[in-house]
Amino acid sequence: MRLAGFYLFALGVALLPILFPDNYFVIVVGASAGLHVILAVGLNLLMGYAGQISLGHAAFFGMGAYASAILTTRFGWPSLLALAAGLLATGALAWLFARPILRLRGHYLAMATLGFGVIVHVILVQATQWTGGPDGLSGIPALNLLGWRVDGDEQWYGVIMAAMLLVVWLTLNLVDSQVGRALRAVHGSEFAAQMMGVDTGRAKTQVFVISALFAAFAGSLFAHQQAFVSPDSFNLTVSVELVTMVVLGGLASTFGAVCGAIALTLLQQGLVVFEDYEMLIHGALLMAVMIFMPQGLFVGLSQAARRVRHRLKRRQPLPST
Amino acid sequence: MTALSSALLPSPLLAVTGLEQSFGGVMALAGVSFQVAEGLIYAVIGPNGAGKTTLFNALCGFYQPSAGSIRFADQELLGLPPHRIAARGIARTFQNLQLFFNMTVVENVMVGCHLRARTHLLAAALRLPWVQRQEQQLREWAIAALELCELADRAGQPAGSLPYGLMKRVEIARALAAKPRLLLLDEPAAGLNDTETMALRDLIGRIRANGVTVLLVEHHMPLVMGVSDRLLVLDYGSVLAEGAPADIQADPRVVAAYLGGAVNYAV
Ligand SMILES: Nc1ncnc2c1ncn2[C@@H]1O[C@H](COP(=O)(O)OP(=O)(O)OP(=O)(O)O)[C@@H](O)[C@H]1O
Ligand SMILES: [Mg+2]
Repeated sequence: MRLAGFYLFALGVALLPILFPDNYFVIVVGASAGLHVILAVGLNLLMGYAGQISLGHAAFFGMGAYASAILTTRFGWPSLLALAAGLLATGALAWLFARPILRLRGHYLAMATLGFGVIVHVILVQATQWTGGPDGLSGIPALNLLGWRVDGDEQWYGVIMAAMLLVVWLTLNLVDSQVGRALRAVHGSEFAAQMMGVDTGRAKTQVFVISALFAAFAGSLFAHQQAFVSPDSFNLTVSVELVTMVVLGGLASTFGAVCGAIALTLLQQGLVVFEDYEMLIHGALLMAVMIFMPQGLFVGLSQAARRVRHRLKRRQPLPST
Repeated sequence: MTALSSALLPSPLLAVTGLEQSFGGVMALAGVSFQVAEGLIYAVIGPNGAGKTTLFNALCGFYQPSAGSIRFADQELLGLPPHRIAARGIARTFQNLQLFFNMTVVENVMVGCHLRARTHLLAAALRLPWVQRQEQQLREWAIAALELCELADRAGQPAGSLPYGLMKRVEIARALAAKPRLLLLDEPAAGLNDTETMALRDLIGRIRANGVTVLLVEHHMPLVMGVSDRLLVLDYGSVLAEGAPADIQADPRVVAAYLGGAVNYAV
């Protein structure tokens, strides 16, 4: 069945808090992992499927978060409306930037997206009258979903997991459709894709906007969940973390990105003691994966499993041909 | 041509006039003109570096020729981007394989059907019922193209896992899946063994029987002479000769410049 993996995943997500009731680790770390999954799955659409690198993805995450934070605290907008406005603004900006940025390739694209991330971070720090500067914005009201105020760790786990499952489901559908094949074709051979009638500029723009929207969505949820935002949550380190998640899990595999995001979230929890060395550890991890398992942990392991299964099958007597 | 005869003759499917393309100092195409009538298999031959691939790249909008015109089905193609030219009914294969190695064989060919159906992004993400029906339709079209190329049994395999000869045939299937009026084949026999070349010859015959006009760049002379209706000989970016296979084989300039007598072992 096409979505068998997805249903299994959804079941696991739903069962976790039932199997481990009142467990801080499952509920809080789980919610954090859920946000990371949304970010990584979106970035993987761009990097893994369309083959376009982005080293500034935290910028879109931050724009969603700050849109919600500013509109609710300074203008008193209802949280859902602020979320929608954040999505709209981020999507529009991504759309504007997509054409000129995605015309670049390889290192140039990496540098341009890196620059974009840095600029957005600088703005978050400097535009003090709007963003609160380095101290950030606090007192962000609870997310209000048509009258239901999301409050408490359990409720947040539910909301974030539901959002995450929605994003994963949309992504799985998209990848396995004409739109998704066109994206993968751009990665496989841009020239051939054009000759099959794919408007590659448009395809790249679309995927850039979608992955920015996913990131902004995660950002809005994050702002309400934490009730506080500061520029540190959206700096270059975070962008590198996101890339690490995607590469760790395996490019061009949605569940690879899911696994990468979860694995890195768990790792971060385990490494809290080494906070100062976080960047170092991410770098080492990225290098190790690239050298020893360039297709990523999830993809690499599932390929290995397939090989083992294949070999076991071979052991059985071959049918006469 | 008199007004009367031009009114009686159907206008050619493809009419190229004075096409020029240079790279730095190299004139890769130095004013190439020729016409291809619908339904023909039209071969373009010439020594290495003659400009054959450059001609294909110019025809499909990958290069912007500095002069000339390309009329296809009575409409100008010059200046259009590749995906718009594809939409006019031109598909191609590549001298250097341009398969989508990140996909299965059937998915590769389904990309070939890209222009035959439009899926809206949002509808695809929500997988609305009509998107599912459309997916089924695309898959059927792709399988039909694979069957024509005798590749249907390979549909589910990763494209990169096939032997080289079959990968080249997947490219042909992918191009055919677009239902083109004109198919450009750039050295389809390169790297094939004799059996595969014979199969390719049959395949080109079936493609023509399906009403597709074929522009064929190929060095394999027995194949070219056996299958083409007309030939264009390029040398240093210029047309050296144009005509029926028998006339080309007899043309002393062609023999001297390119074939070195090799043309005579044609089948
Ligand atoms: N992108 C390019 N940049 C610079 N020079 C090019 C480019 N493409 C082709 N050329 C030059 O143009 C000339 C024609 O090349 P082309 O590839 O069209 O030859 P060809 O007839 O296809 O040869 P072959 O039989 O080897 O495939 C050659 O001199 C080649 O070096
Ligand atoms: Mg060539």
